Amino acid sequence: MSTAVVFFEVEILDAKTKEKLCFLDKVRNKLQRILYLPVPDPQWYPARQSIRLDPKGKSLKDEDVLQHLPVGTTATFYFRDLGAQISWVTVFLTEYTGPLVIYLLFYFRVPFIYAPKYDFTTSKHWVVHLACMCHSFHYMKRLLETLFVHRFSHGTMPLRNIFKNCTYYWGFAAWMAYYINHPLYTPPIYGEQQIRLALILFLFCQIGNFSIHIALRNLRPPGSKTRKIPYPTKNPFTWIFLLVSCPNYTYELGSWLGFTLMTQCLPVAFFTLVGFIQMTVWAKGKHRSYLKEFRDYPPLRSPIIPFIL
Amino acid sequence: MSAAAQGTSKAAHGDVAPKKKKGPGALATAYLVIYNVVMTAGWLVIAVGLVRAYVARGSYHGLYYSIEKPLKFFQTGALLEILHCAVGIVPSSVVLTGFQVLSRVFLTWAVTHSVREVQSEDSVLLFVTAWTVTEIIRYSFYTFSLLNHLPYLIKWARYTFFILLYPMGVTGELLTIYAALPYVQKTGLYSVTLPNKYNFSFDYYTFLILIMISYIPRKSIGRLHFPLQKSAIRKTGYTG
Repeated sequence: MSTAVVFFEVEILDAKTKEKLCFLDKVRNKLQRILYLPVPDPQWYPARQSIRLDPKGKSLKDEDVLQHLPVGTTATFYFRDLGAQISWVTVFLTEYTGPLVIYLLFYFRVPFIYAPKYDFTTSKHWVVHLACMCHSFHYMKRLLETLFVHRFSHGTMPLRNIFKNCTYYWGFAAWMAYYINHPLYTPPIYGEQQIRLALILFLFCQIGNFSIHIALRNLRPPGSKTRKIPYPTKNPFTWIFLLVSCPNYTYELGSWLGFTLMTQCLPVAFFTLVGFIQMTVWAKGKHRSYLKEFRDYPPLRSPIIPFIL
Repeated sequence: MSAAAQGTSKAAHGDVAPKKKKGPGALATAYLVIYNVVMTAGWLVIAVGLVRAYVARGSYHGLYYSIEKPLKFFQTGALLEILHCAVGIVPSSVVLTGFQVLSRVFLTWAVTHSVREVQSEDSVLLFVTAWTVTEIIRYSFYTFSLLNHLPYLIKWARYTFFILLYPMGVTGELLTIYAALPYVQKTGLYSVTLPNKYNFSFDYYTFLILIMISYIPRKSIGRLHFPLQKSAIRKTGYTG
């Protein structure tokens, strides 16, 4: 027995002015179809459209099915323009390529940074070369993960974010790189011991961070946007899921603590601190939404630091 | 930046209108009235101190020393206003208030107090006078607003005197920072040089120059923001 095809009539109003933007009859079930239909302003491409049931409510998703929404056969939706959008991939690639390149400019002591007699010289401290390798490795890893590992639930973010994010990443990269590669750089007090410990911590956390990214990717089959609780896998680096909701941030903090210890540089410590604060905010938000979405969410887990935060 | 108009909030407590902002409670209002009265009194003390010292000396040089302590006390006390915004008893932006108060506190402590040689400069008197008159008007404006009895004279004075006092204050501040530069450079005040074990450096001299440059965007925004408020208040017919 075939199910009857249900058609909807859809009226779209502007969320702010309440004026009718368009009226569509014979709309099939999926919301997605609406987004690609002509709307008054051609620059309102789908990624910019926020369609909601209530003017001040949350955006509906592309996959939402009209039949399951609390609307009759004539549906009224509110439209809000989210402003110019840019894809997450573009933002990530731009904000991560910057530090990679900028750090190397300082490492190779390109002219106009330090006194002319130091142009294109190399540091005499081996920890400076090690730091450059670690920093470059870190950002190359991020770029590759952006291209091949991450699965994004939202395609885009507001355009102004790219300026904000790049200022942050590029600015801090320049500030750190300036001191680490400075001709008057002072290596860590406890010398080789300190550097070795720092390197182990850094590498351990890089592997850990990567393991978590892979685990999160595997949670979600390609093309799907389903959300599931992440659990430890066979990889020991994922066992931290027992104690923490966002171990990718935990490992990221660890990596930068390692880098701070390795370089013994105050600007690096500042960068670690600021990053930690931001990641804690994100982790708490994520933890809260896990708790809201899943009744059976493991109670032992903390957002970012086991038992503490 | 005016204090919320309490008592005139017409929304009944059971009202559905979700965006109606309730003013601070009775306790908070009482506290704010006391705070603003104390601040008004404090800046009056400074004003009287300046006048008396001028009359006693017969000249306006070096008047800073006669009001140094109350100036530091009451200007630093204004940090509480950041807390008021953060807690929500005053409906202003924490960030905006923070910038304004910290800018004043910076000039009081990190420039005027720290660089002894500028204390006898006339530019100090210029900004101190501007601050004093501005603050007396501002705090009495808030006091009366909270008590729902704002004399038109005070409202008028606040928005009119601003036209003169704002550039006066900015000029005094800039000249003072400028005067401090050579001493900062000579003594390396608050500066850290390489090499050191934290691999960090800070040049207070360059920092002060950057601060002076930042006055251009910061003060232009402030200069524009205030009169905009004035016309907004005229349009809404706010009578305080």
